[in-house]
Amino acid sequence: MHATILTRRRRLRGFQANTIAIVAIVMIGAITLTAVLAPVLISQSANSPDTAAILQGPSAEHWLGTDNLGRDVLARVLYATRLSLLLALGATAIAGSCGILIGSLPAVLGRAGGRAVTTALNMAVAFPGLLLVLFLAVIFGVGAQGAMLAVGFAQAPFFARITQTLTASVAGKDYVAAAKLLGVGPARILGRYVLPNVAEPLLVNLSVTIGQSLLVFSGLSFLGLGVQSPDYDWGRMLGEGLTRIYSAPAAALAPGIAVVIAGLAFNLAGDGLAKSVGSGNARLATARPVFRQRAQSATAPGPHADLVLSVRNLEVRFPARSSSGWVRAVNGVDLSVSRGEAVGVVGESGSGKSLMTAAAVRMLPYPGLASADELAFDGVDLRGPDSPALQRHLGTGISMIFQDPMNALNPSLRVGHQVTEAPRFHRRLSRTQAKRFAIALLDALRIPRPELRAGQYPHEYSGGMRQRSVIAMGLSVTPQLIVADEPTTALDVTVQRQTLQILKQAQHDTGAAILFISHDLAVVAQLCDRVLVMYAGEIVEELPVTRLSAAAHPYTRALLAASPDMSTGRGAPLASIPGVPPQLTDERRGCSFAPRCRFATEECRTQTPPTVELDEGRRVACFHPQPATTSLTQGAHT
Amino acid sequence: MNTTAQQSITATNPWVSFAVRRLGRFALSLIVLVTAAFAMIRLIPGDPVRAALGSQAPQALVDAQRSTLGLDLPLGEQYLRYVGELFAGDLGSSLITRQPVIQIIADRLPATAQLAGIAFVFTLIVAVPLGLAIAVATRDGRRRPVDIGFSSVTGILGAMPEFLLAVGLVFIFAVQLKIFGVAGRTDAASFILPVVALSSGAIAILARLVRVEAARALQEEYVRTARSKRLPARIIYLRHTLPNVLTATLTIAGLLLSGMLAGTVLIENVFAWPGLGTTIVQSITTKDYAAVQAIVLIYGAGALLINLIVDIVLAVADPRSTIRES
Repeated sequence: MHATILTRRRRLRGFQANTIAIVAIVMIGAITLTAVLAPVLISQSANSPDTAAILQGPSAEHWLGTDNLGRDVLARVLYATRLSLLLALGATAIAGSCGILIGSLPAVLGRAGGRAVTTALNMAVAFPGLLLVLFLAVIFGVGAQGAMLAVGFAQAPFFARITQTLTASVAGKDYVAAAKLLGVGPARILGRYVLPNVAEPLLVNLSVTIGQSLLVFSGLSFLGLGVQSPDYDWGRMLGEGLTRIYSAPAAALAPGIAVVIAGLAFNLAGDGLAKSVGSGNARLATARPVFRQRAQSATAPGPHADLVLSVRNLEVRFPARSSSGWVRAVNGVDLSVSRGEAVGVVGESGSGKSLMTAAAVRMLPYPGLASADELAFDGVDLRGPDSPALQRHLGTGISMIFQDPMNALNPSLRVGHQVTEAPRFHRRLSRTQAKRFAIALLDALRIPRPELRAGQYPHEYSGGMRQRSVIAMGLSVTPQLIVADEPTTALDVTVQRQTLQILKQAQHDTGAAILFISHDLAVVAQLCDRVLVMYAGEIVEELPVTRLSAAAHPYTRALLAASPDMSTGRGAPLASIPGVPPQLTDERRGCSFAPRCRFATEECRTQTPPTVELDEGRRVACFHPQPATTSLTQGAHT
Repeated sequence: MNTTAQQSITATNPWVSFAVRRLGRFALSLIVLVTAAFAMIRLIPGDPVRAALGSQAPQALVDAQRSTLGLDLPLGEQYLRYVGELFAGDLGSSLITRQPVIQIIADRLPATAQLAGIAFVFTLIVAVPLGLAIAVATRDGRRRPVDIGFSSVTGILGAMPEFLLAVGLVFIFAVQLKIFGVAGRTDAASFILPVVALSSGAIAILARLVRVEAARALQEEYVRTARSKRLPARIIYLRHTLPNVLTATLTIAGLLLSGMLAGTVLIENVFAWPGLGTTIVQSITTKDYAAVQAIVLIYGAGALLINLIVDIVLAVADPRSTIRES
């Protein structure tokens, strides 16, 4: 599902980029045509003074009015296209050729020479471009030619810098190394192997440089340092028009608009080409599925004094990307966690275990929607509107530990501050109290020299210490419930074991309940009392961890068989569950696991199996629950 | 080249190593700048003094000016003399008015510095909250229209040269609506159009950057952790998101500031602002090379100083910054 969405999006983005590029290229075509034809066709109205029509406003005859010598402003703007464009092209030619020459020097010169060129380029690029232009304009002299040289040479360092970056990336490639080994000379390597491979981005950059040159040149002519009378380009027209902006605003605005349009056309052409050439991944961040919490009122919750979390018929949906429908990520699950109990939730990725848990504690991300017949934490209904009291209840009652402990600490804030942030905010701890508490917490989690460590930033911590501080942060509110979402997945085996021990110890010390999400049954078995097995947004089996080996649901069985343990022969292939989970968009019929189940019958495919209680604490949703005697490994190796 | 020496310094103290490296680069850049300013007059084809004074000027006057500028000495001696005078605070005299250039700069620099400084502060004040607010409003793909509108407007503003925007602003607010005067530096209101024109492009670029960086930070695990602590929105965005945006913001803001310093040249000429920008253009047009040389030096040194300050601020604000490690 994700794969198809991504291809569609990429194609769409490619299409948008192409549209932009096509529009820009059509604009460039029109500009070029104007540059070629205007001096031939409208030289008369652009350049011949007409004393009878001085400084007229827009009319049918003169669409943009006339200037102080009675010449048609529109005609002059069109006429100036040729000179403006030619000067920009000339400047770009200078910038491009010098830039490519200097920028490819490091690839040819060897280390010391290359570094010298790079340093010089870095220094030149650090200067504002306009200063460089003015500096060079002084040397080359005022006038069209001098200004062209100045604009060209001033942009050369930027072009050289880009060339250098591009060639450096290619110079490290295998085929270049191979050519060097074969004794191909540096100049030939550059000409045959390096430059052809960076030609495309360089062309894109040339287009952008034309746009830049147009803009910079118009600035220079505007200042009176570029094109001189009687010639005129857009910049000079603009500068002279500005002095009469009250009497004839069009004479100042029209050339300005022409510069912007032409500049944008070349910039956009470059951007469009770059996007359709390269892969623009800037938007991929939004391709992540996202959810929002919305509680739906239903029947009143029944109070369960011994339950810390109780959830009945929880559903989580989010808008489907491809159509107007909904994806049902969690489909009517019941979940209850007793005080001090450790409950594991297992399932493959995409089974809805994380979303179910997030919805259960009001952390469902946008644009997800959750609804439930009952949703209560510590006796408080979570389905109502948000309020500070509810946030405090949740903030002091639940702590969450996420998948990647290395990134759970904010790099800009001191660890001590982060560890006690929740109690300081929700319990109004003072600064000194919080500091003392932070040190005590870090000390309790065996972080050496906690007084010093509390004042440090996460990057000064080792991986193991960061992991322990994240848990210290979770314990700072003395929660009733710790939600751990795959907290050991990103860790190596040793740290994983330590983390589990710390969690177990914390549970023992504080009496907190744990809701532990994992795809790894072996990890869950080490920590939890009870296991919920999720498949395709449903809980298919629930059983005490001690009865895992007697699991009745074929999916649980397959999961068990797929997790290797010490008794698995080293030569045996790693088992996997054949097939893929169903798409959650489908209107589902029958058992979700049926297509992958080797015990499935016609009944499984047409009817939804009800959840039945096999014996005390053991519930399963299956028409064919397996007796304890069936061999575990049987189906897995097929 | 000298990795072992560098490592030993780094081993003693990263701050010392950073200071040595960064100040060394600053000094080197200054030397290059001074040399370039010195070379500028000498590179002009023909006789710059004759060009400045015009073909009608008596030869005796031209020769006298040449010797005041030291152009009749050997090149090496000229350079030493130039550097010596710089250290003494002597930037020479105008070829046209004979006024000491240092006096011209003292008269004109404050107006330019004021314009660039106000525009820079205005840029930061607008761009950072705007970028953050847009990132928050459009997080996780919310409010597509806001996203598209912001991207389009800032895209166009960021690509438009400031002096064209200035002309447009003059037309709308001074000519059509008659809210502000067209030009000059008079009261506080006369700052509004130049500052807006000078900072709009920078605001667009910086706001886009802040938005991208903040959007990235909002996806991070530490923000999810902060949310799981059920902290109020202001703490999540201002304390947990904003500080992680600052490094990139400062880096770009430094570049924008030195770009703004140069941008004042065009803006001052649109608004007839009595600063260095109008002076340098007049000096170039009248071929007053002594003044041009000195003003180029001032602008260049300003840009170098801004780069240096930004790097120092970065190193202090973000101890992990690559500046200290690289």
